[in-house]
Amino acid sequence: MTRKWSNTVIGVLLLAVMLFPLYWMLNVSLQPSGSAVGTPWIPLQLSFDGYATAVREQGGHLLTSLVVGAGSVVFSLLVATPAAYALAHFRVRGAGIVLFGILISQMIPGIVVANALYSAYNDLGLLNSIPGLILADSTHGIPFAILIMRAFLGAIPSEVTEAARVDGAGQIRTFVAIVLPMSRNALITAALFTFLFTWSDFLFALTLTTTEDVRPVTLGIYQYIGAYVSDWSSVMATAVLASLPAVVLLVVAQRYVAAGVSSGAVK
Amino acid sequence: MGEVATATRRVPAAALPARLREPWWAPRRRERLLQVAFLVPAVLYLALFFGYPVVQNVVMGFQEYTTRTFYTGEAPWVGLDNYATVLASPLFGQAMLNTVLFTVGSIAGQFCIGLAIAVFFQRKFPLSGLLRSLLLLPWLIPLIVSGAVWRWILDQDNGALNRFLGGLGLVGENPGWLTSTSLALIAVIGVNIWIGIPFNTTILYGGLQDVPEELYEAAALDGATGWRAFRHVTWPLLRPVVNVVLVLGVVYTIKVLDIILGLTGGGPANATQTIATQSYHLSFREFRFGEGAALGNVLIVISLVFALLYLRANRKAVRG
Repeated sequence: MTRKWSNTVIGVLLLAVMLFPLYWMLNVSLQPSGSAVGTPWIPLQLSFDGYATAVREQGGHLLTSLVVGAGSVVFSLLVATPAAYALAHFRVRGAGIVLFGILISQMIPGIVVANALYSAYNDLGLLNSIPGLILADSTHGIPFAILIMRAFLGAIPSEVTEAARVDGAGQIRTFVAIVLPMSRNALITAALFTFLFTWSDFLFALTLTTTEDVRPVTLGIYQYIGAYVSDWSSVMATAVLASLPAVVLLVVAQRYVAAGVSSGAVK
Repeated sequence: MGEVATATRRVPAAALPARLREPWWAPRRRERLLQVAFLVPAVLYLALFFGYPVVQNVVMGFQEYTTRTFYTGEAPWVGLDNYATVLASPLFGQAMLNTVLFTVGSIAGQFCIGLAIAVFFQRKFPLSGLLRSLLLLPWLIPLIVSGAVWRWILDQDNGALNRFLGGLGLVGENPGWLTSTSLALIAVIGVNIWIGIPFNTTILYGGLQDVPEELYEAAALDGATGWRAFRHVTWPLLRPVVNVVLVLGVVYTIKVLDIILGLTGGGPANATQTIATQSYHLSFREFRFGEGAALGNVLIVISLVFALLYLRANRKAVRG
């Protein structure tokens, strides 16, 4: 019994070390601005000035990130779900090539994609646009969503879909009315991760936007720290706000997250 | 779809097996077309957003592609000039060395610590599930956020790390973690290890769970416990998962940009410049897209060669 709890103590200590930077982020964000020198180890004087500044200066950027994230989730799922279903259940010619392509795509550096997209986007007028970012950011989500949903959808017994077909449901009806409702968990997991990947995107925000018009929060933070920083509390407040989706995700969907991290990577 | 269409055109209809002679609206043909249609959006997307960029990058690598190109539409063919410039630059050697050190250092650190934590969590103690999922946080928050936070923690004069070390009397003079050419790369590797530990722990923990309990019991009967059980039971069975973690780790680490740009921007004096950041720098800071593309292609080749060599070496090792 005591041995068990002593393991818990070690675990808590370990976690305290690992999460210290995040604690520090929270701590600094709650300090009055201008207390950069000798920040107390705990926020003795609670101040929300940092958050006020962050919302004032970065509120629009947060909103942009939210819109791009939501758009990317919808787009990625529309593209990835049918493909995942096909790869898991049909014996289509070329399925192996598609899977191989997805794996290879993970080796292509983002900077290579950005380099080529910049000139294409310039010609198409997609620079500094929300649709442009949604399309580019989906490179993070789509391959992952296909792999993870393929693993989940493969677990649906083919007897189920066959039964639906025997009852006269067409291919599309089977997919929409039978398979989709059954794969709710897979869809949630894929959606959560796609959102998080897009929300965290920095490279495409950096390379495919050139003006203030469309600016995700990751780039807002980069600009903050790119100049000399005098007010760390508002930088850290923005960082806290930009971390919220990750925290919410862990709290709300803990079991989906662990499943997503492992099955998406291994299968 | 196209495959079938061309086949029909080339071969006289009579020579075809019955299945192919059916018109597309015949139920069975329609069925197959529909099945393919499920894959079409994804294939198109992959082709446009991964295939096209790679092809375009290869082409750009042979062109003088600069800001002028955007106005005039001209990108003169320059053969291997971009590669010659990029590879002969003194920066290339340093960026290459930094990339290797950054990747090897990060992966070694992430993997060893991640594995140790995963093994620790196998002990099943109260709250272990909760602690394990909280551990994921550093991996889930945006990289640029981690960059910003660590930048402040590692600050030379007011950073938490130096205040802590100073308080313990461990350092006389505050080390400039991100500003000294000899420390910056080490600091960036350290931060990247911190980011990667959760991923490694989670996947390796999953792998450890799949090792059947009976094997440990059997090994214990033979007198193998602790380290020996790990060496002879756990490790061989964990090998496939280890491979996935290592290959993915290297492939992801080699192309990392966010964390380096956020922490040091490649500086000081290029001490943390890698092939990826250098490629970004050439394209988007100096607007020499052709040279940036050439360097990007070098990065792809390194990544591919590594993956192939590793997988091959591994297949040999498994075959014995």
